[in-house]
Amino acid sequence: MSDSSTPPAPLHLAVSLDGAGRHPAAWREPGARPAELFTARYWAGLATEAETGLLDFITFEDGLALQSSLPEAFDERPDRVRGRLDAVLTAARVAPLTRHIGLVPAVTATHTEPFHISKAVATLDHVSRGRAGLRVQVSGLPHEARHFGRRTVPLADTELYAEAADHVEVIRRLWDSWEDDAEIRDVATGRFVDRDKLHHIDFEGRHFSVRGPSITPRPPQGQPVVSASGAGEASYALVARSTDVGYVAAHDGDRTRAAVAAIRRAREATGLTADPLHLFGELTVFLDEDAPAAGARLERLDALAGLPHGADAGVFTGSPGQLADLLLERREAGLSGFLLHPGVIAHDLPAITRSLVPELQRRGVFRREYEADTLRGLLGLHRPGSRYARRAA
Amino acid sequence: MSSKPLKQIHLAAHFPGVNNTTVWSDPDAGSHIDFDSFIHFAQTAERAKFDFLFLAEGLRLREQGGRIHDLDVVGRPDTFTVLTALAAVTERLGLTGTINSTFNEPYEVARQFATLDHLSEGRAAWNVVTSWDAFTGENFRRGGFLPREDRYSRAQEFLATAHELFDSWDGTAIAADAGSGTFLRDARAGTFAHRGRHFDIEGRFNVPRSPQGRPVIFQAGDSEEGREFAAAGADAIFGRYGTLEAGREFYADVKGRLAAHGRTHDRLKILPAATFVLGDTDAEARETAHEVRRLQVSGQTAIKYLEHVWNRDLSAYDPDGPLPAIDPEPGENTIALGRASVRQFRDPLATARRWRELAGAKNLSIRELVIATTAEQTFVGSAATIAGAINDLVQADAADGFILVPHITPGGLDGFADSVVPLLQERGVFRAEYEGSTLRDHLGLAAPAPAPAPAPR
Ligand SMILES: Cc1cc2nc3c(=O)[nH]c(=O)nc-3n(C[C@H](O)[C@H](O)[C@H](O)COP(=O)(O)O)c2cc1C
Repeated sequence: MSDSSTPPAPLHLAVSLDGAGRHPAAWREPGARPAELFTARYWAGLATEAETGLLDFITFEDGLALQSSLPEAFDERPDRVRGRLDAVLTAARVAPLTRHIGLVPAVTATHTEPFHISKAVATLDHVSRGRAGLRVQVSGLPHEARHFGRRTVPLADTELYAEAADHVEVIRRLWDSWEDDAEIRDVATGRFVDRDKLHHIDFEGRHFSVRGPSITPRPPQGQPVVSASGAGEASYALVARSTDVGYVAAHDGDRTRAAVAAIRRAREATGLTADPLHLFGELTVFLDEDAPAAGARLERLDALAGLPHGADAGVFTGSPGQLADLLLERREAGLSGFLLHPGVIAHDLPAITRSLVPELQRRGVFRREYEADTLRGLLGLHRPGSRYARRAA
Repeated sequence: MSSKPLKQIHLAAHFPGVNNTTVWSDPDAGSHIDFDSFIHFAQTAERAKFDFLFLAEGLRLREQGGRIHDLDVVGRPDTFTVLTALAAVTERLGLTGTINSTFNEPYEVARQFATLDHLSEGRAAWNVVTSWDAFTGENFRRGGFLPREDRYSRAQEFLATAHELFDSWDGTAIAADAGSGTFLRDARAGTFAHRGRHFDIEGRFNVPRSPQGRPVIFQAGDSEEGREFAAAGADAIFGRYGTLEAGREFYADVKGRLAAHGRTHDRLKILPAATFVLGDTDAEARETAHEVRRLQVSGQTAIKYLEHVWNRDLSAYDPDGPLPAIDPEPGENTIALGRASVRQFRDPLATARRWRELAGAKNLSIRELVIATTAEQTFVGSAATIAGAINDLVQADAADGFILVPHITPGGLDGFADSVVPLLQERGVFRAEYEGSTLRDHLGLAAPAPAPAPAPR
């Protein structure tokens, strides 16, 4: 229990960016700029807005299929945002235009090569000077599998998550496969690298084997920040074993507490205790001056979309002050931060950066300036050494 | 006398990659990984109004004798990621990435190129390469490796499939009309189905049509199949012949193949890689060029290079002594792995015999022999000499332009931009300003055929 004389722990805050916002009718709102969703200008504007609010990081949502409101096939709805740019590249495009904020693109482990993902995220870390992460996800969707044509039978959830865990293991080993000081440029011996500091990773798993080393030198953070959603038993092991940040739905206190406890138990079983595992609550937010205004806006959006979005318990409507209350209360379930999904990016992202953040600052639970240059630094995670480095004698 | 109008020269910049031609020991040499190096290099190329920046690719660190090769520049960033980041710090420069068709999947690569094209406003190009070997394949779970004879059949189908994906959205599919609530004018945008020997895929592509419609397509690879592949569908070739005779022969051969594919002479640009050493005078440049060659080919580097042909450990030999008297080890090369150059030596016994004759006739040591037989700099001289040589080769149809590979990272292009480019501009053979905004514009390529009309429902 926290002693009233110690200042409250700072809260971490991230936003999830996807199209015009989480609400299906978000693109129809004033200021939404739906014709610009596939331009660099749009994404650069959002990233700079988030950075103005001193947020820890932004996630770039993604998938390897066209968005659909049906679970296992494509809808043909003309009234929804469809189409998405590759998230890693969108993050890379905004990296040179930002300086502090973490950049966390989503990646689907199920259909990608860990070798490619590892060097892409390492490179994102190089171009952003230490601000890269990734949000690992799996896909059991049969229509998505047909885009790759290799797998006819979708894998069971446990299999998908086991494969994703192997995927992350390969990625992490590849990041470590170059020791930090492998490049020596030793003119006397003519050696550019010290090959004893480059390592084969020799990963052998159920779904793939990868020899290594990476072709990309170790990224500035050593290990960029790995994150994933903990949604259901099958995913808890992945979050516990493979990530630095896990996301859990922050529907209500009890369910959040139960998910946090399950992941913490799984984490303890792994024996990985050197670094904290951040657990962030996920909420969709509609922020206005008061709850009735936010509720009315959501109703109007639901009417436009022709389906109630507000019924979901993971949705918050209200004022920034009320959201601050909720975050601080929900945090007691064992969360160290939140990943907020703006319902309408054009409206709710600035509400987060310009109203919620100042409110949290007044309460002494949010930073007033960036205190570190890397994403690990912002999250209070130390920079790990390469697992392959021989310890100094 | 009516003279032929002068051909316009295309120039591009190859960021020095993994090789022994980068003089990393030079005090001016910087990082080849740090993003600042890429910014410097790209902005120099753009200041010089170059067509594009070019990145090569390798997907496994090279090994020699079972150990990672440690003498050359090693390590490179991810092609897509660094090119997309460069789109933020440049405005017109084309961005060409080498991406292999064996160790990737069409849906993913098509998305990445379409994204790069969107985020750069029409500056993306794809150099399709087909390296296929099992050594590289050990880094990948899928695709594995291919029999050599299948490399272009997969590449061909990969490219065709990617084009089907690019074409699955037409440029008018998105209405984004908030008032009526119509986001998609064409509700079935992105629909595709491809059934072939290498790919059997169907569904919905999820990136709308990009500014260029499709990225510009490059090919690199010099075999008969490679030349056919380029003639059939590429917009440009990244070639290796930067001299008058070899260049004209290659140029005539490849351009001669176009008609059979229903394409005209100007649909395919031939852009060889070229190195250069610039001096205040020709004599000074020649002297520098000689020094650079000595730095590029150290004694150890010469021995390692010889091992590519001999296919055995030669570390006991003295680089300043004569060539080995023993013959190359026959069979698959197991000494130098991941080396493109190894494939040049299809007949090691004949190569060894030729080299011994050459070394004997000119009394060359191992190191001198390697310096003599590996590519010397394409252009050496004062700015005026280099500008003249480039223009002569282009006007003589030995090339349509050059992809320049400096030997210093990242400042190796600076002198060229400041002294050679203005001379080419004065001669009226190189643009003074960008005329268009897309890479297709810079290369003078027609827009790709519009995507077919949406399939009837
Ligand atoms: C000038 C030139 C540059 C090349 N650059 C690359 C490269 O960067 N990465 C790569 O994997 N292969 C590269 N290659 C290899 C070829 O693209 C090709 O895939 C391989 O050599 C097999 O085709 P081929 O037998 O037609 O040459 C290059 C080839 C040439 C001629």
